[in-house]
Amino acid sequence: MRIPSFTALRASQATLANSIFYVLLVVFFTFVSPLQASHIDEELAEDSEMDEKFEPGRMILEHVSDAHDWHLWGHTAIPLPVIIYSPEQGLKIFSSSRLEHGHAAYEGIRLHEGHLIWEDEACTDGLYDLSITKNVMAMLLASVFLMFMMIRTSSTYRKRAGKAPRGFLNLLEPLILFLRDDVAKPSIGKKADRYMPMLLTVFFFIFVNNLFGLIPVFPGGANVTGNIAVTMVLSVIVFLTVTFSSNQYYWKHIFMPDVPVWMYPIIIPIEILGVVLKPFVLMLRLFANITAGHIIILGFFSLIFIFGAMNPTLGYAVSPVSVAFTVFMSLLELLVAFLQAFVFTLLSAIYIGMAVEEHH
Amino acid sequence: MELVTPAIGLVFWMLVTFSLLLVILKKFAWAPILTSIKEREETIENALSQAQQARDEMSKLQSQNENLLAEARSERDSLLKEAREMKDKIISEAKSAADEEAKKLVARANDEINKQKQAAMQELKKEVASFSVQIAEKLVSAELEKSEKQQSLIDAQLAEFTKN
Repeated sequence: MRIPSFTALRASQATLANSIFYVLLVVFFTFVSPLQASHIDEELAEDSEMDEKFEPGRMILEHVSDAHDWHLWGHTAIPLPVIIYSPEQGLKIFSSSRLEHGHAAYEGIRLHEGHLIWEDEACTDGLYDLSITKNVMAMLLASVFLMFMMIRTSSTYRKRAGKAPRGFLNLLEPLILFLRDDVAKPSIGKKADRYMPMLLTVFFFIFVNNLFGLIPVFPGGANVTGNIAVTMVLSVIVFLTVTFSSNQYYWKHIFMPDVPVWMYPIIIPIEILGVVLKPFVLMLRLFANITAGHIIILGFFSLIFIFGAMNPTLGYAVSPVSVAFTVFMSLLELLVAFLQAFVFTLLSAIYIGMAVEEHH
Repeated sequence: MELVTPAIGLVFWMLVTFSLLLVILKKFAWAPILTSIKEREETIENALSQAQQARDEMSKLQSQNENLLAEARSERDSLLKEAREMKDKIISEAKSAADEEAKKLVARANDEINKQKQAAMQELKKEVASFSVQIAEKLVSAELEKSEKQQSLIDAQLAEFTKN
């Protein structure tokens, strides 16, 4: 009973802070938008000579995609290191500010629509982009935050050994206990303890990155868990864990299921497909949910500028509605941030449980 | 299409970051946290079971005490009963002894009385006999000369007397 009331309290505080924050943000954007719009227009005019128009689709895609710098406001962005490896030219490391958002080439490299390409051939053949991009940076920040938080927590545990949890532990311990007692143990059973570190790391990594993604400015704002590369790696790790912890019964269930032999040609391909499909769906679910949330929030914001482009007064008139919807969506996203981390962890635990289940 | 195309750089960094995070957190965070949670849970469980044990012990002791009390009470009752029986017995014995003694005394007194009576009777008889002899002597001495007939009558009378 302690958990809901506590989270509810936290959530209500966060709500208040969030709504104030969004109101400020909208006010901020209302004044800054001409500047930003002109910036985008400038780019568009230069890039493709298109009409001077606000393109919500493009803006949204830019926001949910990765970038080689961390955009703060207007023309200000934090440059990030570009790391490039090619078999012919070896490793190259330089600041992304050298590329000037695609306006300049550096050491034969040019930025084109968010991708690094060879300037001469205008292609990416033999070019491995290992840059510390916005998502990598956000991920690193979130990981450092997570490490700092968890290691501090563990030292608190050591200091207060045998005593009741206190302060921050009260927030963290229910989560850890929930994952252990309601996620890992029912799904995996006796061997749950072995997989706890992995499940806890997966959960908190997703959860913290989801929450950071909801912060619209610097330490947040990156769409880490809504990036298919990140979710792919996570689900591959789950897949490897499942495969390497599987026992004979797991494989017997796939290759010699308890069905009549004439059904084998149908069942066995389905089972094999299932083995791959499970992590694949894990990957897609997290990616789609988080990206969809970001897109919807950005979509509501775009409404202001779409209507503003028709008529500035209309833009101002629509903004309260947009803000209301954005606040609502942000609250929903707070829930989704937890829910998706939980679902990913729960399904991982269930898949591991299926792999280690003893025959009965 | 760009959204669903994983970028190689991000895959690489994600793998590196996540593996490092997993290893570091496992060693420095999850292991100590999970152990201390488990330890605390064990401590709480132990404390609870100990409390339960103490409670059981207590109730056992209480029931033992009650048993002891009940035993003591019954012993007291039996002792009292015994004592009462003893008292009754002693009293009855004393009573019967006294009765017997009294009976004996009475019997002895009766005997004595009878003896005395016999003796008195004997004495009386002797006295009467001697009186009678004296009377008879006087009578005989006075009347012996009167007749032979009287003498025989006196003899007969005397014989009848001694018979009694």
